[in-house]
Parts: sequence; C-alpha cells; structure tokens
Amino acid sequence: MSATALTKKDFVNDQEVRWCPGCGDYAILAAIQKTMPELGVAREKIVFVSGIGCSSRFPYYMNTYGFHTIHGRAPTIATGLALARPDLSIWVITGDGDALSIGGNHLIHAMRRNVNIKVLLFNNQTYGLTKGQYSPTSHPGTISKSTPYGSVDQPFSATAVALGAGATFVARTYDKDARHMSDVFKRAHEHKGAAFVEILQNCVIFNDGVFEDIVGKDQRVDHMLHLQHGERLRFGKDNQKGLAITDFAAEVVDAASGRLDDVAVHREDLQNPGYAFLLSHLMQPEFPEPVGVFRSVEKPGYESAVIAQIEEQTARRGRGNLDALLRSGDTWQIH
Amino acid sequence: MSSGASPVHSQNERQVKHETIESAIVRFAGDSGDGMQITGAQFTTTTGVAGNDLMTFPDFPAEIRAPVGTLGGVSGFQIHFSSRDIHTPGDLIDVLVAMNPAALKVNLKDLRPGGVLLVNTDAFDERNLSRVGYSSNPLEDPAVAEKYQLIRAPITKLTRTALEGLELQQNHMDRCKNFFALGVAYWLYQRDPETTTHWIKDKFKKNETFVEANLRALRAGYNFAEASELFTSRYEVRDAHFEPGLYRNINGATAIALGLIAGADRAGLELLYAGYPITPASDILHELSKHKNFGVKTFQAEDEIAAAGAAIGASYGGSLGVTASAGPGINLKLEAMNLAMITELPLVVINAQRAGPSTGLPTKTEQGDLLQSFFGRNGESPIPILASATPADSFDCSIEAVRLAVEFMTPVMYLSELFLIFGSEPWRVPSADSLPVIRHNQIQAGEDPAAFHTYARDEKTLARRWAIPGIPGFEHRVGGLEKDALSGAVSYDPDNHERMALTRQQKIENIANFIPEQSVYGEESGQLLILGWGGTHGAIRAAVEELKREGVSVSHAHLRYLNPFPRNLGEILKRFDTILIPELNLGQLSWLIRARFLREVVGLHKVKGRPFLVGEIKAKAMELLGRN
Repeated sequence: MSATALTKKDFVNDQEVRWCPGCGDYAILAAIQKTMPELGVAREKIVFVSGIGCSSRFPYYMNTYGFHTIHGRAPTIATGLALARPDLSIWVITGDGDALSIGGNHLIHAMRRNVNIKVLLFNNQTYGLTKGQYSPTSHPGTISKSTPYGSVDQPFSATAVALGAGATFVARTYDKDARHMSDVFKRAHEHKGAAFVEILQNCVIFNDGVFEDIVGKDQRVDHMLHLQHGERLRFGKDNQKGLAITDFAAEVVDAASGRLDDVAVHREDLQNPGYAFLLSHLMQPEFPEPVGVFRSVEKPGYESAVIAQIEEQTARRGRGNLDALLRSGDTWQIH
Repeated sequence: MSSGASPVHSQNERQVKHETIESAIVRFAGDSGDGMQITGAQFTTTTGVAGNDLMTFPDFPAEIRAPVGTLGGVSGFQIHFSSRDIHTPGDLIDVLVAMNPAALKVNLKDLRPGGVLLVNTDAFDERNLSRVGYSSNPLEDPAVAEKYQLIRAPITKLTRTALEGLELQQNHMDRCKNFFALGVAYWLYQRDPETTTHWIKDKFKKNETFVEANLRALRAGYNFAEASELFTSRYEVRDAHFEPGLYRNINGATAIALGLIAGADRAGLELLYAGYPITPASDILHELSKHKNFGVKTFQAEDEIAAAGAAIGASYGGSLGVTASAGPGINLKLEAMNLAMITELPLVVINAQRAGPSTGLPTKTEQGDLLQSFFGRNGESPIPILASATPADSFDCSIEAVRLAVEFMTPVMYLSELFLIFGSEPWRVPSADSLPVIRHNQIQAGEDPAAFHTYARDEKTLARRWAIPGIPGFEHRVGGLEKDALSGAVSYDPDNHERMALTRQQKIENIANFIPEQSVYGEESGQLLILGWGGTHGAIRAAVEELKREGVSVSHAHLRYLNPFPRNLGEILKRFDTILIPELNLGQLSWLIRARFLREVVGLHKVKGRPFLVGEIKAKAMELLGRN
C-alpha cells in the first residue's frame, strides 16, 4: 500500500465513536486522521498506544494498529515497542490524569531517555471517565466530586513536567484550531526522539469551558501567545503587546511604543531548557499562555543507542553462537 | 599445580592420614566484607572441575556491609560435594571455617560433632567477643575442643607475614585472608589450586601486587595446613559418576539467562528482557546484559510496572518480552500481566521468590508466592505456572516458559526461588540443536487479510494469531477491554464476556494436553507419596533415596507444571494412602491439591528463610509411616 495515496478516510474505521457529543476529542481525532496521510508513513507502520481514560479510547477509532493498555502505563508499552520495532511510528495518547498522575513516573522517564515516541496529552483538567474528579492540572480551589470545598493541591504545568524531564520536543496546541494541531503534530512526527504535545481540550460534561479564557475566539488575541521560532514574543491586537525577559522573569511590555527591542525573540533550539521552562509557567491572568513549539533540540535517541550498542558488540565479538555461549566458563569433560 | 601456588613440602614428613570419603559439606563463614562468597565460588569451581557432584548454598545478609563483626553481618557459603549423585547443599556440616566470633556463633550449631572447626584466632579478641555477646572466649571452652576438631589458626597474622615485602597497606593485606582459608581447604581435600590461580591472575590483572598477594595468601594457607601439625587427616572425594559429556557449574540465575537466550533462538524471535533491580532477580539482568551480540535487548526500567509494560510492548511488536522480579515486584506487575492475559500476547514473567510478605527477608529463600500466581490478578485470569526444581533445571524451565508463552499466546509465570537463583550445581551442557524447536504463529506478510479475525483461534492450541504491526491489511486494535470473540472489537455483551472467560480458561486447561504426564520416583503406588514443587526437590529426593536405602518404601512426585496440573496427577494421588507435601510456606500447594482433587493431604511447612534439611523430611515421613 503506497503511503502517498492515503487520505483521511483510510484512517477512519467502522467503530462507533463513543465520546460525549461536543467533546473536544472529536476535533483532535479528526485532526489526526487528517494529518496522518500527510506524514508519508504507511498506515501499517503506525501504532497508537494509550492508557486509561476518555482520551485513551482513541486507538479504537483509528484504522491503524492500536493498543489500549492500562492506567498510566502507555509510555512503558510504547517504550518496549519502540525498542523492539524502531521502524514504527508510535503515538501515545494519554490524558492529564493518566499521564501526570498514575503514569507520571513513566512519562518523565520516557522523556528523559528520549525514546522515539510521540506523546499527545489531552489536558482537560479533569478525570472525565471516572465522572469528574479534579486532576493534577486543575487549578487550586477546583470544585469537583472529590473536592466539594475546593481542591487544595498545587497543579502541574504539563509542559513544565516534560521540560523538567528533559524532553527534546515540547509543544502545546488546542482542540479549537485544526490547522494549529495539524502543524504541531507534523512537527512532532518530524522530531527524532521523544516528542511531547499538550493539547488543551474541552470536557463538555465535567469541565466545560475551562480553557475558554485562552482558546475562546474573542479571548485568543489577548490571552494566547503564538510561539514562532525566530520571531518576537508578541500578542494582542496588531501585536501591540510583547514579552520581555530579564532576570529570569517575564514582563508584559508595550511592543508598539518603543519597547519592541526589549521583546524576546523565540528560540526553540536552545540547549538550555531554562527559557522554555519559563515559558511553560506563564499563565492567565498575568500572562498570555503560549501555544506552539516551546523546545525542539536534537539529542541521541534511546532505542537507536540501544541498537547501536548491540551492533557495536556484534561487530566486535561476532554474532553470538549459542553453542559457544552454553559451553562458556570453566568446563570439564566426562568420558 | 601451577608454579605460582606450588606447596612447599614440610621438611619433617609427618604422618597424615589419607581418607577416602564419599561426601563432604564445607561452610565458609565470616564478615560480609571478608570475601566468603568469592572463597566459596572458587572452591565450587575447583570441586566441579575435579569431577565431583556438588550443590551450593550461599547465605548472606541483606545489608551490603553490616557493622563489622556483628551477628547480622555474617556471610556464609556452603558446599556439599560427593562422589555420588547429590541433591542438596547438605544438612550438618563437616568443616566450618569461622573467620570471627560472630561467624562462629551463627554457624556452630550446624557443625556435626567431630567436625573440623577452623577459626581465625586473631579475630577472637575481647572486642569482637563482647560484640556478639560472648562473655568468655568459646575457643577456651573445653567442651568445644572436645566436641569438634578445633584448629586454631592466626589467619590474619599468618597472611600479613606471608605478604611481607609487598608494598601493601595493612587493610589490603587483610583482605587476602579469605584466600588463606581457601588454601587450607584445598589442602584438606587435596585440591589443585590451578583454576583459582588462573582466576586470581585474570581478576587482578590490572594490579600485579594484588595478584602476587592473593597467590601468596593461597599458598600460605595450603602450606600452613601442610606444615602445621594441627590437621591429622586429609580427605579425598572421588569423581562422581556422571553421564559422559561436557559439564560446567551453573547457578539458577545464569541458567535462566541462558535458557531465555536459547528459547528465543529456538523460537526465531528477538529477546527483550526488562527488569528493575531487586534481589535475587537482578542477576538475571546482569547476565543477559552481557550478551548483546546475541541481539538481546536489556532494559533497566524505571520501576517494576514499566519493566512489565516494556516486555508487553516488545511482545506486541513481535519480539519475545520477558520480565523478572521477586515477590514485592511481582505484586506491581500483576496489572500488566492481566493485560497480557486478556490481549493474549506472549509474556514470560519470572518470579525469583524470596521470603515475604512485603520486603520480608530479602536475601532468604521461601516458596510463598504460589497462590499469588494463581489468584493475584483481578477477574478470572488463568495463566500457566511452572517451577524449576534445581539450579540447572532452570535452563530447561526457561525454555519451557518461552514455549508455553509463544505457542499458546499467553503470559506465563515461571516460579524460581532465591535458593535456586544463587545455588549452583554441575550442568551437562546441551548442544543447541538438541533443544526443542518453538513454533510461533505470527502473521506473515502475504497472508490474506480477508481471512483474519483478531480473536479467531487455532483449533488445537486455542491460541489466537500473533498479528504484529507493520503488515498491511492486518491493522487491528487490542486492549484491556473485553473483546468480541471473533472480531476483537470492544464488546460489553454479557454472553460474549462469559464465552471469552470460559475460552481463556479452557485454553490454559488445554495445555495439559501439550505437557508431559507426571512421573513418580519410586513405587507407582503405596503407603506414602511425597509431593513437591520447586526448589524443595533436592531435599525431598535425598530423603526418599535415604529411606529407600534403609528399606522404607516412599515415593516422590515433583511438579514442574502447577497450572495446569499434569493430566494424570489425580490418578497418581489415588494410588497412595498418604500424601505428604513439604513446602517452604504455610501450605499453598496443599491448599490447591485439596481444592482441585478433594484429597486430604499432610503438609510439612517451614518459613525460616532456609531450605528444608533432608533430616526434617525423613523424620516426617517416618512419623507418617509409624516408624519412629
């Protein structure tokens, strides 16, 4: 099957999609189904691996190979798969609870190792499938089924967690912009190594409109910062506002009236993750929230290093001979 | 004997008795920093090369270096060697080497009356004695000298003297005293130190002084035994009668590692082994990680769950995924095992059991995880369970675990034990092409996708096909949710769920048709059958052999397959008046046998972190036969 001949339809299967009407997941599914044919990868080489949660039902709706696994463990299964099969394009679908709570350990280690997997984290700041408890990304004070008087936990920034773990590609996108999602997915695919994408996603049932202040059509212009490599951090109507960064802190400045030179230029290729980490902590209402690619740097990939070591040892010692191995060590012959 | 360690014969040839004996049991005991495990391993290699049958039992503390000279820091290594076939590391010991008072206090009770007690007198100072609660020096106790052949040797001083002139700090000198003790043991059993000489030269090749120091210490120990008049006898244990062939000593960890490589090879699959450090399973990871040129991928995961997940991911991708741990880590893997069970993917999980519950006794042996293997997962979750009987048997058991996983598309629990992982014995090395061929059923490119249904099954094995990513037309989804019995689409249909649960159960029970029937050692029927599983094999077999020699009829059946049980097991149980089940737990196999066969059994239980003694099993058997 020629990959170039594929269309979105090739990635749609006959399974009934069973998300709630109006769920942001539909838009993400459509964006991925649209993007896949554009990657130039044969359909049979694509695998979606997921954990548990609403988002993790995703593989059932893709006409590719797919593995719906267990709570938080999708990165482990994807890592084993990547080690066994470096020829595959492996996508991990996970949610904020799945990836950052029960699977937090696995997420950071997959990022640290730089395994060639693409992690798409659907962040809706709630546990949807278990009917609406607060999640590790929920704002303090969140009223939920398990926190009737408001949550008292401090939340994670998903992108900050990924950056803190050493992720070589970190991006954020949102379910209301198919074009933006598709561009980010393509960049993640092109990246060699672990790619982490946070997708701000709406849960119509338990957390409706949680990101509206950022992603809403009328709010975007003032509350969202589009990251573009080599371009200044500008936002607002006619890009009148900008972010200056001095002394490890960001400051909103007037970019239109004389302070343009103070506005920082976005660099996604900085080896030092400090700048990207700073961006990952920008939040409403004080700051616009960044979307786009925070960081994209090259580092040795995990499975290729594992395979290189095997090749090196095989070249040095020759392909292992089972009989010789069994007979190794101190032996003696009985006649 | 190489020139490096040739003994100097004493000037005044004294009378030393040469005795030929059938078997001997030697235990080296000292502080955990004294090198007792190295001493034991060297004695083992030399004994194997000399042609004896042997079995070893290393016994060491959970702490890497407990405070010097304390009871908690005693490390021991026991070896039983013989000119006939033996099965255990032995009950009472013939020679105890005690490097300090703590080692003496912990081990003296195991020395047989009349046995040789070699002590390092230099370590018996007031400080060391009082540290372990001796109010007076036990070496001055006439009862000790009367009961045992007490050999007092100032090992520390003699070692230092032997190393004079080498530019070595005193603490480095003192580290050589274990080779002094080894030299004494080599003299006592007329062993050729050549293998150890080679080992020392290789081990310390980067430091010539250390090579010289250890060789001198070894020689000094040998010469001390030769020259001093403390020893009145030397012993010879003749070659055992082995089947012709090539032999090596092997411990359970190495045997498992080699078995996995061999199993993957015979199945034509790549091996991915994922583990997380835990005693005693870590040694399997250590061994496998050396063999990269076999294409073996080893993955040290971030935790036990990740190790299980990675192994499943590898199996999903068409490799052979294997993970191993000990009890506390197996607990964490159970959710992943259930995923492999419902998705029907091959997975080998090795449980190197140790004394539990929880962290329990991390360096001591037990068989406490049998029922967990059956019932530890949520829902109806049958999986094959097998157990190895001896260190060398672990090789065959690993291959068999691979075969069951691959041919039946299922996770397999393979139960080993700390006693088997660390213990060693001679192993007749098989040729690679004598090993069983394992057939996998992966979809091959070119097969017709129209005929493919994710959960369609082979009529005989009831296994589904192994459709791995990368083959066009076979795109499908698997996962932990219940699946339609044919298409594999998610199904919440009640009838389908019941049908799938029954099918999965039937698939595992059906494996009984693909494994050997149970054999019985001894009479096929009679008064008493001893039924065992796992590492108790040696103690049970030795007890039964001894009883038979004494004219008492007892039979032994040892289970390799615990789920499913061999087809004829029920019939065998009916042919005996009494069934005795010795286990290093509180009766887990007993529980299963009662439940499965409605058959009353007698349990013999021990949870002391130590293996059965032959005498314990014999005594129970005699009691049941009304013979005591």
